[in-house]
Amino acid sequence: MTPFTRETAALMRLPVANVDTDQLIPARFMKEPRKPEGYGRFLLLDLVAEGTATAPAPGQTILVARRNFGCGSSREAAVYALADFGFRAVIAPSFGDIFASNCVKNGVVPATVSEEDAERLLATEALPATVDLEAQTIACGNVVVPFRIDPVWRTQLLNGWDDIDLTLAEADSIAAYTARDTAERPWAAPRRG
Amino acid sequence: MNSPASLFDRLWDRHVVKRREDGLSLLWIDRHFVHEGSHHAFGQIAARGAKVARPDLTFGIADHYVPTRGRGGPVPDASIARMVDQLSANTAAHGITLFGLDDPRQGIVHVTGTEQGLTLPGLTVVCGDSHTSTHGAFGAYAFGIGASEVAHVLATQTLWQKKPKRMRISVEGATAPGITAKDIMLTIIATIGADGAAGHAIEYAGSAIRALSMEGRMTLCNMSIEAGGRCGMVAPDATTVAYLKGRPFAPAGTLWDQAVEDWASLASDADAVFDREVALEAASIAPTVTWGVSPEQALPITAAVPDPEAMADPVKAAAARDALAYMGLTPGQPLASVPVDRVFIGSCTNSRIEDLRAAAKVLAGHKAKVPGMVSPGSSLVKQQAEEEGLARIFTEAGLEWVASGCSMCVGMNGDTVAAGERCASTTNRNFKGRQGPGARTHLMSPAMVAAAAVTGRLTDVRQFA
Repeated sequence: MTPFTRETAALMRLPVANVDTDQLIPARFMKEPRKPEGYGRFLLLDLVAEGTATAPAPGQTILVARRNFGCGSSREAAVYALADFGFRAVIAPSFGDIFASNCVKNGVVPATVSEEDAERLLATEALPATVDLEAQTIACGNVVVPFRIDPVWRTQLLNGWDDIDLTLAEADSIAAYTARDTAERPWAAPRRG
Repeated sequence: MNSPASLFDRLWDRHVVKRREDGLSLLWIDRHFVHEGSHHAFGQIAARGAKVARPDLTFGIADHYVPTRGRGGPVPDASIARMVDQLSANTAAHGITLFGLDDPRQGIVHVTGTEQGLTLPGLTVVCGDSHTSTHGAFGAYAFGIGASEVAHVLATQTLWQKKPKRMRISVEGATAPGITAKDIMLTIIATIGADGAAGHAIEYAGSAIRALSMEGRMTLCNMSIEAGGRCGMVAPDATTVAYLKGRPFAPAGTLWDQAVEDWASLASDADAVFDREVALEAASIAPTVTWGVSPEQALPITAAVPDPEAMADPVKAAAARDALAYMGLTPGQPLASVPVDRVFIGSCTNSRIEDLRAAAKVLAGHKAKVPGMVSPGSSLVKQQAEEEGLARIFTEAGLEWVASGCSMCVGMNGDTVAAGERCASTTNRNFKGRQGPGARTHLMSPAMVAAAAVTGRLTDVRQFA
């Protein structure tokens, strides 16, 4: 995973609430293998077609939207579509929980701002924006706003850590847990299988 | 002395393998379900050369892409056949039990998993599907995860998690006749918003919740995700125990006795602390339908389509204007006058035997005015519905009786609603394009969908009583 410290790029403004992961990548495209072309070409395709969103433009790597961004299906393909297009940060007043977690696994920053600050960013003119993960600020022209992110996620994103490697190093703790748990909850194992 | 604990606190504490100083905990996962869409995760495992740590705790079920017609023969669509075959190959390669396309127990993950007794009170249950919250109906900590987390569970049988906040939603009193778990849940979501429970683990409590069957509790917990919740749960009780006894994968003999004793200790203490409390009166809940493109855009069937110009919140008004344009509705129009083009009964939300019985009760002796499809939640539910004569009621009404899968809830298998068509649906998401590009979805209970089928418009099911 690529570490994230600071990103300056064109800002995509999406003044829509409740953008769900079905919109980020419509289900019918998920039979396609991700490689080699990536899922970026499917990003927001239906919302653009119906005129609710303008098409993401090459060079845009930061996106701001209204509340409950990334709600709905747990499909990580929604983050693949964003990341494969080039997006590195998404900004909104609230996020779908699973979507936000999926973002972090793919090096994309889910930055939570107040409703007012989201509206201020949405109202900015076509200027580049800067997301600074160390300072936890977003700047676009004269608008400078703070953002919130879980401190654990922030550390992970800053370092580009991979979870599985961290966990495999915990083999002893896991073995101790399962030994104790099997004795305490023998009924928890599936009867057949 | 122990401080008072909630059901969720107890579930959390007993699964912590290790607690890190930064607040993350490594949690043990008792059950993991995979489906055709899990291929990204198997790909990640293969890329690392990793093994599946505990194939005995992972179960594969084909549901998202499976065809609902022509079952038993070859899958005609090559890309769908590839998705189904890939699941078979991945589970076989890692020694994972599979309920595949032709298995008599096949069904939707959240129907088959629970009816097989794989989900038990006190367990952690995960799946790469947001509606995994369904399993919380048993008093389990059950939540949907993304592909990277699926890979992590496959490789380690654990997950790093931050403890969510605790929220209790209490529904007290008795619901009026004709009111179902779906109406309760749509009312909850309309009340707290589609992100109202974000970052929270929900416990549903109160006399109206305890009165629900397991099927009703599953409908309720299923849509926790539509309220933004990490998970939803109901404390196990006599209803839970009675449902589980004798299920194929549930414990038996002395292990069963031990399990039942353990489950009795899980309920929240009377003085347990919650970060947020919401209370609803059961008596005030009416049959509910959605009018927009978010599940929070829901109203009693007796209401009219809302007027965005009358909404105080400009962001909500903008969302409502956009929703009404997409849905082709006019402010002030009575909801019970809205004509529908099609009905769908199915999905992990409302496709269990009790749901089919409720729909069949309304449809019996009637012809549907619009076409529609009924997809039972599992192949075993299908068999039972056929034995009970429910299937014949559906087909005699003119509805299509098909095999089990995610089907028209998500449209991945080709069961879709055409652009511009309006569908009365027992599913969980009325998002734009969810049932097909341009499709217009109204969410409601199975009995309400059946009533809409009979009249050809959104209808108050209470007039059939």
